[in-house]
Amino acid sequence: MTRFANPNRFLRWSGRLLPWLAAATILLFGVGLYLALIASPPDYQQGESVRIMYVHVPAAWMALFCYVAMAGAAAVGLIWRHPLADIVAKASAPIGAAFTLLALVTGALWGKPMWGTWWVWDARLTSVLVLFFLYLGYIALNSAFDDPGRGARASAILALVGLVNVPIIKFSVDWWYTLHQPASVIRAGGPAIHPSMLWPLLLMAAAFTCYYLWVLAVRVRGEIVAHKIRALRLRQAYG
Amino acid sequence: MKRKHKRLTFVAVGLGLLGLAAALFVSAIGDSVAFFHSPSDLANQGDLGDRRIRVGGLVEEGSIERGHGTEVRFRVTDLARSVPVVYVGILPDLFREGQGVVAQGRLRGGVFVAEEVLARHDETYMPPEVAEALKQAGTWQHMGQHMEAAGAASMPADGYQ
Amino acid sequence: MESLVTFVEMGGYGRFVWPAFAVTALVLAGLLVQSLRTLKGREAQLSLLQGSLDRARRRPAGAGR
Repeated sequence: MTRFANPNRFLRWSGRLLPWLAAATILLFGVGLYLALIASPPDYQQGESVRIMYVHVPAAWMALFCYVAMAGAAAVGLIWRHPLADIVAKASAPIGAAFTLLALVTGALWGKPMWGTWWVWDARLTSVLVLFFLYLGYIALNSAFDDPGRGARASAILALVGLVNVPIIKFSVDWWYTLHQPASVIRAGGPAIHPSMLWPLLLMAAAFTCYYLWVLAVRVRGEIVAHKIRALRLRQAYG
Repeated sequence: MKRKHKRLTFVAVGLGLLGLAAALFVSAIGDSVAFFHSPSDLANQGDLGDRRIRVGGLVEEGSIERGHGTEVRFRVTDLARSVPVVYVGILPDLFREGQGVVAQGRLRGGVFVAEEVLARHDETYMPPEVAEALKQAGTWQHMGQHMEAAGAASMPADGYQ
Repeated sequence: MESLVTFVEMGGYGRFVWPAFAVTALVLAGLLVQSLRTLKGREAQLSLLQGSLDRARRRPAGAGR
């Protein structure tokens, strides 16, 4: 595990991985978009508006997944003081914030025609908005200190505290009456989505996941290079 | 090595306490987070006065009556109790008999006067042909939870194209 | 041609479906481009810095005589 986590080794193996991640992302988005927009059927209740699901649901899943990954990496950085873990946490935050924003915006665009409103303050929508603010808070706190180590530690604690929001988002639709409907895919009794719509959704989710890994690898490389620049500058100034 | 373990214990205990606090918080706020009340809640709550509330449930089969203009009357049911609703305005596309609905307004003399009506959809997704085939095969109730929630109520009258 | 029109109209939901896909494409592409450009910029900066550091190290050794 630590063999891959050394920053220089990471630069080497992620460099070899990048073109594959890029190719997988583009291929999966190509097939996924074809299925989502053209090959999949309309819904018996929602008609063609159901196609918004193919971007809304993967964005919402990734918003949660990304947060758990960010908090996990932040915890590893906090406990074991591993520099690469701090970098992974920092690099995940803007990607997760983008996914959360997309989930909120595409949700509004879906809610207006189906529910009759862009936004309501129900438990699901509100807790996802809180998730968005947690991401923004993490990004702000992480860069608020001159010493990047202190920024990483302070923001890691925020990320861990915010972790309680994740089960609240997931189960809000089961615990309380919400306008948002309960889960369709990960639910007791199996998915309530017909396979002709489930497969396009899973492909789009795979595309979003590859996109996350690709951009994460690029951003982590960027952070490692920034660390090297900082180290060289210090050497130049004091060496 | 020792400091690492200290930090690990600190984070683990902290997360445990945080989880406990969150669980207590969630169970304490309980129903106050609910976006709407069911017709049964409404009946148990007694006099609400002029308070603005939301009532949610299913649009009762065969209860929709169109008045003049955009006035519409229907009943919202949770299959135990139901409440009559009157609303003047544009209804969302998903508003149908047997479908979920949330109305916001005030209870006036036993009738719920709605200012806003939102549709609530269930978690079932399928193509119209499949819905049609399921209905004809009479196996509709097995698809999705919402039909169970609807107490195996009859099909949405116009629930497909 | 007619099928293209019905495709764009999306059964009357075109004005919701297309913005949803457009905003997704825009945000994801924007973040990707920003990440790649930041990386490229920093890599260029690093090689520049390493070059000047190498030269600075060589010079005092040569100027000593």
